[in-house]
Amino acid sequence: MSTDNLSRPTASLIASDRRCGFVFTDAEREAIEHEIGHYEDSRAASIGALKIVQESRGWVPDAAIPAIGQLIGIPASDVEGVATFYSLIFRQPVGRHVIKVCDSIACFLTGYDELAAALRAELGVEFGQTTADGRFTLLPICCLGNCDKGPTLMIDDDLHGPVEPSGVRVLLEAYP
Amino acid sequence: MSAGADIRTSPETHPLTWRLRGREAVTELADYEALDGYAALRLALTELSPGDVTQRVKDSNLRGRGGAGFPAGIKWSLVPMGADAPRQKYLVCNADEMEPGTFKDRLLLERLPHQLLEGMILTGYAIQASRGYIFLRGEYVLATQRLEQALTQARQAGYLGETILGSGWSFDLFVHTGAGRYICGEETALINSLEGRRANPRAKPPFPQIAGLWGKPTVVNNCETLNCIPAIVRHGAEWFKGLSQGRSPDSGTKLYGASGRVQRPGVWELPIGTTARELLEEHAGGMREGLALKAWLPGGASTDFLLPSHLDLAMDYDTIMKAGSRMGTGLMMAVDDRQSMVSVVRNLETFFARESCGWCTPCRDGLPWTVKLLSALERGEGELGDLEILAQIARQLGPGKTFCAHAPGAIEPLQSALKYFREEFERGIAAPPAAAING
Ligand SMILES: Cc1cc2nc3c(=O)[nH]c(=O)nc-3n(C[C@H](O)[C@H](O)[C@H](O)COP(=O)(O)O)c2cc1C
Ligand code: SF4
Repeated sequence: MSTDNLSRPTASLIASDRRCGFVFTDAEREAIEHEIGHYEDSRAASIGALKIVQESRGWVPDAAIPAIGQLIGIPASDVEGVATFYSLIFRQPVGRHVIKVCDSIACFLTGYDELAAALRAELGVEFGQTTADGRFTLLPICCLGNCDKGPTLMIDDDLHGPVEPSGVRVLLEAYP
Repeated sequence: MSAGADIRTSPETHPLTWRLRGREAVTELADYEALDGYAALRLALTELSPGDVTQRVKDSNLRGRGGAGFPAGIKWSLVPMGADAPRQKYLVCNADEMEPGTFKDRLLLERLPHQLLEGMILTGYAIQASRGYIFLRGEYVLATQRLEQALTQARQAGYLGETILGSGWSFDLFVHTGAGRYICGEETALINSLEGRRANPRAKPPFPQIAGLWGKPTVVNNCETLNCIPAIVRHGAEWFKGLSQGRSPDSGTKLYGASGRVQRPGVWELPIGTTARELLEEHAGGMREGLALKAWLPGGASTDFLLPSHLDLAMDYDTIMKAGSRMGTGLMMAVDDRQSMVSVVRNLETFFARESCGWCTPCRDGLPWTVKLLSALERGEGELGDLEILAQIARQLGPGKTFCAHAPGAIEPLQSALKYFREEFERGIAAPPAAAING
């Protein structure tokens, strides 16, 4: 039930990324520079920069960390500190679609347990894991502010609720 | 235009949501302007000094809607003003809404983006801020799009930027989206996060009004608080005070709500001090068929449980406080009689344990310990003495024992559940082995 395994890089990933190096795309670089312009201090763009890289690549490879540090002018260790703090920065590849299931109290009261069980059964993975075909990653998330429509989940940028356990299969079909 | 004329002749009774009557949302600048939008800003920048705006908000007795109820005008008046004050000052809107059971700011952000901007520009003017940020949780995707669009429109119309409406005062606003973690909502953690750091809270004092974002004076207000400002400036403090219709010494209206297994969960703008019974029975239509109310949380996961016998209390800061809880965000959660309190509290503490920032030991280690004990009780495998340990942890995480209010908030539902539903927890203690009983 934790996202820890996504936040923690593994040794083999670090090694392979170091060999490959890391080059920002023009679009990424432009977006990060635009972001820097919003703040008095470029450090403030560190979370935005991580999100920009994640948006275009699906996750944040290790080699991106020093590259971001260099671009915004802060130590790589600080970027790493930020990258591992925030739960929605992924430090391992995730599936094509990320399912975030609200596990907070309002959804708990309206059927979270049954929904979570249906998702685990349908996907064959536990929370924090990605399906073998790389299609879905299943994650828990704090209250999504959709408490009048619990139980609630998000798939990518789409909010769904209330989601009946029996409706899970059909819902997932919309995300090939 | 007719609705715009209405509000001028008969001040509204729903300052936060009247513009939504008959509409899903007011996202376009022209529509907002036609509904009296930015009229308060024009009034302030042409007729009122920054001090006048602050005084109006102070006189209105508007209390912060982020949960703690701190008077907004007093918060603002702590910001250094005048020629000697730092040139850079900041205003931050707390739109990190992650308090479990809270879904009011989302409504305002998605459906009335310009009203928030107007409230922020007015607040920025009052404290003579140089810049503002909307700290928005990253999952609010639609709100991000609508706010970005509203910002572009407001800039084009001259409500943001250099010397706004010819006043000589310049101010700009940016949206900053988060990347998860509930603790970002705590105002000093939020400031660290905005600076691009890990969201560990900061020591207070110094308070953000003196030294906040990048060490400069900073006001952090909740999204709903800022949404109250335009109407206060437009119609005055006395009008705002009257909105509670004598139901409470507090002033204004409040976005109240109800969730859990009720008939019609939702959010409603009502006079502050409306009773919990009215919320539950009239607006939410009571509990679902076949269910009865067992306990309720007045406003978020970090408030103490109350009982059905407390339903006639006015939902205001002081009344709920006197009953041993907190109004918090004002969105009540109804726990029905089919729920096990042990499971409910286990869910709540699992949330708090996961979301602890890990800075101080009692919170980082104490909360997972409560989860372990509660999980055992839930399985019927609790041990004698577990309840005493839970009570002891609750004391050790109380106010003043940790760096921020996360831990004290976390133990509020735990301590109140132990107070009101002790037998349920006792039932989770495994019977001692027969041999031990027989001697
Ligand atoms: C753990 C924690 C989480 C918080 N989360 C939020 C939040 O999501 N939104 C919010 O407005 N206030 C939140 N607060 C309260 C803020 O620290 C702060 O008091 C509030 O933003 C001030 O705004 P107000 O005076 O307008 O109410 C949180 C506090 C704590 C301790
Ligand atoms: S009380 Fe908890 S959340 Fe707050 S600073 Fe300490 S460890 Fe962090």
